[in-house]
Amino acid sequence: MTKTEEIAKGILAGNRRSIAKAITIVENDDQEAQKLIAEIYPHTGKAHIIGLTGAGGAGKSTLIEKMVKEYRRIGKKVGVVAVDPTSPFTGGALLGDRIRMQELCMDKDVFIRSMATRNHAGGIAKATKDAVRVLDASGKDIVIVETVGAGQSEVEIIRVAQTIVVVHAPGLGDDIQAIKAGIMEIADIFVMNKADREGADKAVIDIQSNLQLNNKEKPWKPLVLRTVALTGEGILELIGQIEKHRCFLEGNFVCKTALLRTKTETELVEAIRERVTNSVIEELKRKGEFDELVHKIMEKQTDPTSAARKLLKRALKNET
Amino acid sequence: MHKGKKIRVLIAKPGLDSHDRGAKIVARALRDAGMEVIYTGLRQTPEQIAETALQEDVDVIGLSILSGAHKTLFPRIMRLLEDQDMTDVMVFAGGIIPEEDIAELKKLGIREIFGPGTPTETIIQYVLENISKKS
Repeated sequence: MTKTEEIAKGILAGNRRSIAKAITIVENDDQEAQKLIAEIYPHTGKAHIIGLTGAGGAGKSTLIEKMVKEYRRIGKKVGVVAVDPTSPFTGGALLGDRIRMQELCMDKDVFIRSMATRNHAGGIAKATKDAVRVLDASGKDIVIVETVGAGQSEVEIIRVAQTIVVVHAPGLGDDIQAIKAGIMEIADIFVMNKADREGADKAVIDIQSNLQLNNKEKPWKPLVLRTVALTGEGILELIGQIEKHRCFLEGNFVCKTALLRTKTETELVEAIRERVTNSVIEELKRKGEFDELVHKIMEKQTDPTSAARKLLKRALKNET
Repeated sequence: MHKGKKIRVLIAKPGLDSHDRGAKIVARALRDAGMEVIYTGLRQTPEQIAETALQEDVDVIGLSILSGAHKTLFPRIMRLLEDQDMTDVMVFAGGIIPEEDIAELKKLGIREIFGPGTPTETIIQYVLENISKKS
């Protein structure tokens, strides 16, 4: 048995060391990761994947801690992937989401992993999706992904999770924020956390009145729930609403298939794009043409788009 | 180290300390040195620290302690890591640790002890050098 096969076997048996090693492998994006995902892929698709997103400081980590406790009470096994940003300057990261979840750490049926974005845009890391797959294959019933503190356009979580919870807190923005495009459009459920604070009612109304303008044809209508994560208030309702959304997806074959199809298509396109780009660039660099063109662009003899077209034309000709 | 690999460090606070300024400064310094630093927060048990190290698959653990309980807590942490087959993880410590205890702690497998006033560069340098020796 190869090392990869051994780790894959460990994942399927729910071995925590194997899960941890596997996530390191998918993060480091080497060939081993491909082999590993190929091994476990047939065993994925069983877990319900929940994405939590929203501004930094809205209370996502604390909410997750309370949610996991609730899920554990009803016997669900839970995995958490918590993403924090990587410094664009040093490449380092401080991963602090776990601090709020350490009480869960001794429960053998909970697995928490912190992950740095490694400068991937979109609010999650490139490896987040594969880390979710590892947890899914390990037999977790629920996998929760916490995005980086996301402001407006970090919406890549929709490619990973089935149910998206957008977390707000009072005082983070007015009614104009509520009608902006981006993160406000991806929510299946809105949570107004810190609902005991001043301004919560107004903020809930801002979101609700925005929701009334939504396309009436959409079969799922997002609700705005109130929570106080610190005391656990409203967590049961949130879990209930997530379960309702899961049942809605299960029961709505068209919705579920469409969601899966879009996700799969995007992922395939991206996988192709990445491989094609890398191999073309490598080939050009090997021949020295890449450097030559970089210089020409710097000297303003050509522009990047024209250079790329010329290069690509030649590369594709060589292929055929 | 592997090309795409980042050094992952766990900064942990075992026992009943009431502040973590030092731990946060070290965490920040290692972050600025390009490492991925996971911080546990205050008042962790040895079991929580060992389990976190396992789940996060870290290469390095930095233990910070001010309470004086290092002779009780550190051996337990080191034993748990051994039980988990994680002896390849590099462990260093810092905080208030008397000179005369250092030899004993090193015997447990703790690689280095950094006392108060240690420049953060010294710690960064130590981690970088000893990580490359490890693999």
